[in-house]
Amino acid sequence: MAKLKDHVQKVRSKNAGPFWLTIDICCGSPDAYEFIVEKLETARVAQVFDTSAQNLKRFDISDLNVVKFSLPRPEVQGSVLDRDMHGASWAALLSEIEI
Amino acid sequence: MVKVLVPSGALGLNYDKKALQRGILAKPDIIAIDGGSTDSGPSYLGRGVSKYARSSTKIEWAGLMEARAEANCPLVIGTAGTCGTDSAVDWMLDITREIAAEQGRPVKIAVLRSSQDPDFIAQSYHDARVMPLANAPEIDADTIHDCTNIVALAGVEQITKALETGADIVIAGRTTDTAIIAALPINQELNAGAAWHGAKIGECGALCATNPQSGVILIDFDADGFTVTPLADGAKATPHTVSAHMLYENSDPFILYEPGGHLDVTGSKYAALDETSVRVTGSKWVPSERYTVKLEGARVSGYQTVVMALLRDAHYVTHAQQWADDIIAKCSEKARDRLGLTDAGFSIQIRLIGQNASFGELETNAAEPKEIGAIGIVTAKTEALSSEIGKLLNPYLLHHPLTVEEEVPTFAFLFSPAEMPRGATYEFVLNHTLTLDDPMDAFQLEVHKIG
Repeated sequence: MAKLKDHVQKVRSKNAGPFWLTIDICCGSPDAYEFIVEKLETARVAQVFDTSAQNLKRFDISDLNVVKFSLPRPEVQGSVLDRDMHGASWAALLSEIEI
Repeated sequence: MVKVLVPSGALGLNYDKKALQRGILAKPDIIAIDGGSTDSGPSYLGRGVSKYARSSTKIEWAGLMEARAEANCPLVIGTAGTCGTDSAVDWMLDITREIAAEQGRPVKIAVLRSSQDPDFIAQSYHDARVMPLANAPEIDADTIHDCTNIVALAGVEQITKALETGADIVIAGRTTDTAIIAALPINQELNAGAAWHGAKIGECGALCATNPQSGVILIDFDADGFTVTPLADGAKATPHTVSAHMLYENSDPFILYEPGGHLDVTGSKYAALDETSVRVTGSKWVPSERYTVKLEGARVSGYQTVVMALLRDAHYVTHAQQWADDIIAKCSEKARDRLGLTDAGFSIQIRLIGQNASFGELETNAAEPKEIGAIGIVTAKTEALSSEIGKLLNPYLLHHPLTVEEEVPTFAFLFSPAEMPRGATYEFVLNHTLTLDDPMDAFQLEVHKIG
């Protein structure tokens, strides 16, 4: 089965301030966007990040062909248990799920 | 019309000199650049220091001071010295004085200070004027006093006060990224929604365009909207690149909270004016009932020592997690036993680089690596204890066998000594707002004349 990254142009992640992470799935075309909107359930994304769907903010932005998720950081940026100061790598985890 | 020239997303990231010259020829009303961010972590705020090299900051700031003199308009930097504490502002002021002397040009400097007195913040907390934002940590009065630095984020009101001094240069402590760009158009009573939206689009320089590293952009604000134009050769803004910038580092791409209200871009329209410029209209500013500013604070969370080893033996690479877990258990036991510590007094982590250091147990990709970097991280309440536990950890990372039966292995150390002291490590503890009766209540303004 193909991975999410095989369907889209790019997945990127970044801090949105020290307490939030944000992940943009840039689909690259209306077709890819429609596919992701239809197939990618919020609950599945929550599972990848070991959080609940209620903790995720989801934005389906058809003008940009982007599906965006924001979530409270699992560990606050720079705290002793944080592994990723800029939230750079979280995109990889999502991009590798099968869809 | 107000024209704001933004040389780059941050002082220290460099800018395209030719594009900056084009910007000067466009006769800007102000040159605005951001000097900081929380993005590099809590240590900069905790220590009150800049992330960027002084040499880079000086050479780039000298170029902007020249540009300001040529354009004959004010130059403003927000969040000076990465974190915008008073110490970082003083560092920037010191650099500015040096440059002014070298350029032989008298300048009037307004300094806006954002550092907070912990007693004032504790009193405000007591008076229920410090309120948590979403996902804020639990705090009490002790948390506030534990902070080595607390800053409040200034908005357009405070930047406007600084500009009203008639200063050539404004060195501001912590501000919102947008306030330094939005201040002048709002002060000139242009469209407030457009002012904040244009400021958000422009705060990272040319990141809202193609050729994002070229830095320099010009934003024209008017009564109905704004127009953004990147100035470097080959850089183009398109409705897509501009609107997509609202995604960047924002948890909500349509709503942006600022001191005194919020920006709503749900109804914004993005239109290409030509091949390089985009015009945006329809952005709304919604004033809030209370005037609030955001607070940031950092405190020491411990002292760290790092020890690193490389695993290349296939047997150990295969069983690296088991090996690491066993070391943590045994070394923690030894630390409790020999140093009389409880678990609350220290922690030992081992992250396996090449295996799952990015995500730990969340990692789903189980491909076996050829080698693994095992990074041991000791956190303790004092520097001496951290160093001592690092020395306890060292022999394990060098020689720990998976089972007692097997020959004692040796792993590769990169350095002698293998323990690397990291000093104090900090944590962000405030994600709160502070209610103010007057926007200047938490900020100080001073004017310096040089030369």
